[in-house]
Amino acid sequence: MTPAATTTPRRAPSGSVSERTGAQPPRSRRPRLPGRLRRIGLPYLLLLPALVLELLVHLVPMAIGIVMSFRELTQFYIRDLNSAPWNGLDNFALAVDVNQPVGESLLRSFLTTCQFTVLSVGLCWLIGTAAAVFLQENFRGRGLLRAVFLIPYALPVYAAVITWAFMFQRDNGLINHVVHDQLGLTDTPPFWLIGDNSFVALLVVSVWKGWPFAFLIMMAGLQNIPRELYEAAAIDGAGVWQQVRRITLPSLRPVNQVLVLVLFLWTFNDFNTPYVLFGKAAPEAADLISVHIYQSSFVTWNFGTGSAMSVLLLIFLLAVTAGYLLFTSRGKKPADAH
Amino acid sequence: MTLLTGFVLLPVYVMVSSSLKPLQDVSGSFRWMPSGLTVRPYFDIWDTVPLARYFVNSLVVAGAATVCSVVIAVFAAYAVSRYDFRGKRVFTVTVLSTQMFPGILFLLPLFLIYVNIGQSTGIALFGSRGGLILTYLTFSLPFSIWMLIGYFDSVPRELDEAAKVDGCGPLGALLRVVVPAAVPGIVAVAVYAFMTAWGEVLFASVMTNDTTRTLAVGLQGYSTQNDVYWNQIMAASLVVSVPVVAGFLLLQRYLVAGLTAGAVK
Amino acid sequence: MRRIRAAAAIAIVTSLTIAATGCGGGEGGTGGASPKTLTYWASNQAPSVEADKKILTAELKKFEKRTGIKVKLEVVPWSDLLTRILAATTSGQGPDVLNIGNTWSASLQATGALLPWDDAAFDKIGGRDRFSEAAVASAGVEGKDPAAVPLYSLSYALYYNKRMFEDAGVEKPPATWDELVATGKKLSKGGKWALGAEGSNLSNNIHQIFALGQQHGSDFFDASGKPDFTSDANVAAVKQYVDFMAKDKIIAPGNAEYAQNQSLQDFARGKTAMVLWQAAASTFAAHGMKPDDWGVAPVPVPSGAPGGGRQVNSMVAGINMAVFKNSKNLDGATEFVKFMTSDEEQKILNDSYGSIPPVKAAQQDPAFAAPDRAVLRDTLAKSAAPLPQVPEESQFETAVGTAVKELFADAAAGRPVTTESVRARLSKAQQQMPK
Repeated sequence: MTPAATTTPRRAPSGSVSERTGAQPPRSRRPRLPGRLRRIGLPYLLLLPALVLELLVHLVPMAIGIVMSFRELTQFYIRDLNSAPWNGLDNFALAVDVNQPVGESLLRSFLTTCQFTVLSVGLCWLIGTAAAVFLQENFRGRGLLRAVFLIPYALPVYAAVITWAFMFQRDNGLINHVVHDQLGLTDTPPFWLIGDNSFVALLVVSVWKGWPFAFLIMMAGLQNIPRELYEAAAIDGAGVWQQVRRITLPSLRPVNQVLVLVLFLWTFNDFNTPYVLFGKAAPEAADLISVHIYQSSFVTWNFGTGSAMSVLLLIFLLAVTAGYLLFTSRGKKPADAH
Repeated sequence: MTLLTGFVLLPVYVMVSSSLKPLQDVSGSFRWMPSGLTVRPYFDIWDTVPLARYFVNSLVVAGAATVCSVVIAVFAAYAVSRYDFRGKRVFTVTVLSTQMFPGILFLLPLFLIYVNIGQSTGIALFGSRGGLILTYLTFSLPFSIWMLIGYFDSVPRELDEAAKVDGCGPLGALLRVVVPAAVPGIVAVAVYAFMTAWGEVLFASVMTNDTTRTLAVGLQGYSTQNDVYWNQIMAASLVVSVPVVAGFLLLQRYLVAGLTAGAVK
Repeated sequence: MRRIRAAAAIAIVTSLTIAATGCGGGEGGTGGASPKTLTYWASNQAPSVEADKKILTAELKKFEKRTGIKVKLEVVPWSDLLTRILAATTSGQGPDVLNIGNTWSASLQATGALLPWDDAAFDKIGGRDRFSEAAVASAGVEGKDPAAVPLYSLSYALYYNKRMFEDAGVEKPPATWDELVATGKKLSKGGKWALGAEGSNLSNNIHQIFALGQQHGSDFFDASGKPDFTSDANVAAVKQYVDFMAKDKIIAPGNAEYAQNQSLQDFARGKTAMVLWQAAASTFAAHGMKPDDWGVAPVPVPSGAPGGGRQVNSMVAGINMAVFKNSKNLDGATEFVKFMTSDEEQKILNDSYGSIPPVKAAQQDPAFAAPDRAVLRDTLAKSAAPLPQVPEESQFETAVGTAVKELFADAAAGRPVTTESVRARLSKAQQQMPK
């Protein structure tokens, strides 16, 4: 999520420069040096708490994590990290060697995650946008519907996912009760929490939980589009579909850019959903990378390899994000221009 | 839209109906209608697991994390929005990029850091609510800062100027003018921060102990070595969800308004 | 003025942060700083964590009265226990005394964080020979000083539903696997099934195939501690277990996704006639079964006579008690272990938990001679063997347990389970083991 890189053109406080120069004269009655010092120092002071916390909770641990990825960190050494032998790039070699089971399963898990993320983000976006557009109209019960749609987002993750796990049970769950007993769609009740269907189950839960966020953002985005645009278009004789294509979608472009990226990162890194749904050993078909890495480090006690996998994941996410932002902002400038 | 509503509400129905069923009903085949209604699960949940204590813990942790996160984010966002300074780009990019860190990578290191701080300064971060508060507030910080930058940018600078003419310092302007004008954005950020903290599982499972355990981890207590009390799980899930959902729905107007002006501009 | 205000604002933020970090109520389990306190992590043995607390608190009071040492108890759910122990090991911030699953003994021993129980240490708690040899053997790698002391012992037994047996005209519980399959085929009809399994529970899978593997004359690790999963005997053992569902069709396909003891619920509801379990009595009672409704027999063996040679029919299951080496109150910790393993406490605790005392003298108590307990006790004495005591045990459980889980998923989906497919899964599991 680095909109800063792209939003600078919009957000760069070009105004603040003039503001500062404008603020200069009244201050000149104070001694100049402390005033300047303070003015330079103030923003840093304001940032300090955020900076300290980010350093403490994110950046320093991250650096330690990277260091760990170069060490052999199994149960023989975890008691004293400093005693763990360095093993150079061995952890990475193990993680990327796709001809060996460790690398192969990591790659499979990675591809599963990619597939899952694309589908989940796509569906979330689609449903969220459709619902947001639909709720643009004024009708009875609109407020109620909006509230209902936001429930999945508001429910605590574990409470919602536990309920889904309960519903997906093969013999006693609601899903099979409907699919098999009542609709008779399958000959035997299918499994949802093991085997290949687990991917579908995970996707359903993820979309259920994720789309209201897209809905929320889209709703906010739609409200920013001036009504007059539509009115003008209507006068010009544009149909509904044309209005959507010519006004709604282009106006939502910056919103989409951020929304898709945020959804992508959250879905890709999601740990809570698969962990609560499947427990510590996810079925192969739904073996998302975050749980895979958790298992590689905590369940099998190999923190070195686990860290190496995380670092690889991080590099991938950084690359994708940077690429995405570069790509979308290049396409955006001309769009902004008109 | 009817389909969508059904999809959204299905788990909610299951949660509510199952929580009112006797144990035999929930461990057998699913049925839409309970064979008999009972409110026993709602009484049992407090005994099977010290739910009340977990509730208080979650409330304290999520509440404090939210307050701190919002305050810190307001200051940081104000600095970025109103000042030009060296390192601004670096700061925003770095803070925001932490959103993509896989939690699993820094779980163990963070834990070690907390322990070391505890040993060298005596501030108990590990196993305490404080440690969890600190962790969670940092989780929501990047998104909060980013959203507030957007929101503050939308507050006209002339307002600051006017306040300064009236003799306020930059912080006075922030507190008296910008913050009041940005209430929807701040509420949106607060809601986000609260929910992030309320639902987190991974860090809570490692960093808490019996006295500081939060709901997210505590709910696992209903599936013991020998049994799963599905009706109690559902009842407890409902009990822990209701306050959050209610609060969320009450504040959703602000949320949309906040997002409209802030994040999506 | 402005500067003061700025300073004040910063001060507020900072103090808020400090307040936030300082206000936590929990002490981080800093391991008994004064010799009069101890921190103890107990595992969840009773039907709920709260029940555990009640049982243990009463005993801890006695201990405090006798020694003046106050024990701070925390009952850690199984889902968190190993992670918490790992974290404690890494940071050195752990409890003084803790319960560990005995299958973790060798893995945790390898970390070097636990106090080794040499003869001198054992003498302080009454000597090593007070404990049953099989239980001590499950407390660490062979030939090394054990990393823990046995606290509760358990073994597997065959629980069967008397009524369902009667209805199907089965007179006595099966003693051999052939009998079990034959009986099972009689019982599995009309929506009812003969045997329950927890196909998605990795540990349970391991326990079951371990005993079968022993009967086929194989070990999952060779004498030098190297994994050897793909031997013919191991393949046969795993296939035999999965075949109960795949070929013999005496386990309901739905059991493939069970991981939270749903098989016990099915048993209590009369949906399955038999389960292989450790001390299930209290769970059955919780589900409304009367003690007369069910019976207990030893887990079947190929020949029908458990004990002797490779007629092992259970793992040595149980809980061990360990002391963190860096405890600041080692004497108190030892004193506490001595108390918990005393004949008297062993009787009380094991009776409460439905387990068998690993302390020989306490085993003789009449409480453990009731029919269901006697089966567990005799199995432990005669025909139980510890799981492989190797440092890679937890990896083994994960890798092989997952292999069995996937095989069950295949069987449940109607895909064939063949010797080749079993071997392929096991060979993949073996490759995942650390080199």
